[in-house]
Amino acid sequence: MIFRDKRYIVLFLAPTILLLFTFLLYPLIQSVYYSFTEWYNFSNTKTFIGLDNYKDLVNDPIVGIALKNTLILILGAVFLQAGGGLLLALLTDSIKRGFKFFRTVFFFPIVISGTAIGLMFSLIYNYDYGLLNAIVRALGWSEQVWLTENSAIYLVLVPILWQYVGFYFVIFLTGMSKIPEDIYESAVLDGITGWRKSVYITIPLLRDVIASCLTLATAGALKVFDVVYIVTKGGPLNSSELLSTYMYAKAFNGQNAGYASTIVIAMMVLGIVITVLLNRLVKKEAVSY
Amino acid sequence: MVNKMVRPALPQIFVYALLIFWASTTIVPLLWVLLNSFKSSEEILTQSFAWPESFAFSNYLKLNEYGNINIVKGFMNSMLISGSVVFGVALFGGLASFILARFSFRGKKYFTFLFVICMLLPQFAVIIPNFIIIEKIGLNGTYLSVILPQVAGNLSFAIIMMTAFMASLPGELEEAAVMDGASIWKIFYRITLPLCMPIFATVSIMVFLWSYNELLLPLVYLPIRDMQPISVLLSLVSNAYGTDYGAMMAAITISIIPLLVLYMFSQETVIKGLTAGAVKG
Repeated sequence: MIFRDKRYIVLFLAPTILLLFTFLLYPLIQSVYYSFTEWYNFSNTKTFIGLDNYKDLVNDPIVGIALKNTLILILGAVFLQAGGGLLLALLTDSIKRGFKFFRTVFFFPIVISGTAIGLMFSLIYNYDYGLLNAIVRALGWSEQVWLTENSAIYLVLVPILWQYVGFYFVIFLTGMSKIPEDIYESAVLDGITGWRKSVYITIPLLRDVIASCLTLATAGALKVFDVVYIVTKGGPLNSSELLSTYMYAKAFNGQNAGYASTIVIAMMVLGIVITVLLNRLVKKEAVSY
Repeated sequence: MVNKMVRPALPQIFVYALLIFWASTTIVPLLWVLLNSFKSSEEILTQSFAWPESFAFSNYLKLNEYGNINIVKGFMNSMLISGSVVFGVALFGGLASFILARFSFRGKKYFTFLFVICMLLPQFAVIIPNFIIIEKIGLNGTYLSVILPQVAGNLSFAIIMMTAFMASLPGELEEAAVMDGASIWKIFYRITLPLCMPIFATVSIMVFLWSYNELLLPLVYLPIRDMQPISVLLSLVSNAYGTDYGAMMAAITISIIPLLVLYMFSQETVIKGLTAGAVKG
């Protein structure tokens, strides 16, 4: 049934369009404009300073740290999250019982907020009451301060990576269930079994799924905020800062919100560049069964 | 590496051992938090892994005592805010999807394009300007200051999902209703809406999860402690509660309960929805 009544079209679309323009599209343009201004404390005076914020951005050592940390996060996401998810999916695919149980348990952390997970892990790393020091005590070793300048970024990575392994696990599992059974049957006839089945058949046939997982892992890494904000707030001494936490600190702690907007633009550009590059890299002919 | 002999599959016991190891990494920390939420701070320090001496709810009752960092109030705020976000997304998204799925008009493809762009747009891209816009339109200090931006942020994803679903529904019932002289409005809420309940359920669950777990938006848009959702209060707990670790464990537990319930009752929907929604900005 196709309707044409214009009054309904306007009436039914109006609230959505109004909301999208007010809270997404108009502010997006504003973000770009702010990135060229100097603007302290959200005061009424914004000074247009051209590209100065962008020059500062390139020379800002903390942006350097944040970029390095984001890169570590992306590598971790690709190899440990997506890789771990693939490994768990291959293992689960080969067992006969308990498949549903593992899927339920592996996926559960994704449902929980980064805030709760962050707080949980800051309790785990805590000096006096933490889980890690409790284990250390039980083993008879001496307690440690876990979150130091050198270790902080890796320790905040643990919850982030841990949380999403189950996500890639489910995606790979779904991909595997779409591979037709007869491919495996003919492989068995050729004497290919066990892990060689995974290496020579499953993984090559999952290439498209692996490609989309890589894109999701990188895009997801750029959006991380909660866990780092809760566990370290980017510290100690900015050592675990990400672009997102640095942007938040710059914008909402009475500093230059124009510069914070520049960081926002940099994050978006980074996201687009990485996504385009990844798509170029992995997009060849699609796998068909 | 090519071995003529047929290799046996990985020993099943080894496979299970690895899987159980990973399962325990997701279960043990949560169980540790749950069990410790029933212990006093001394008990947490001395017997971190033991079964609690008694299942006392004193830590939970204490959550009321920390002035305006009141987790129980935060929980109610979360329900109010996320419930309203779900309602707003379902209402406006439902109307817009009905137009996209059942109406033909010039420029329709630009709307579809617009929704895809808005879906991919991450929230951090608009957080600073929205902080000002909320003040300009007089929403600051109201629940609407977090509700409306979240509705806007989730609408595009909902519309794309719901339009696809509605377009796949057969049109015969609607044609019959037109023959009977029903108005478009009546067709929408008497015929299309009831048929779309499954997709409304899916979208609502997803939007609730995202909204309930959102930290950055309420942190920035709603600075009034009494109105803040549980996610923001959780971010303050480790400073405000000092060394009252039992209370912190209780706060985490309370914040997880609604998610656990939702996950237990609609696991398939949650898993499918969250993997489909991964592209959302």
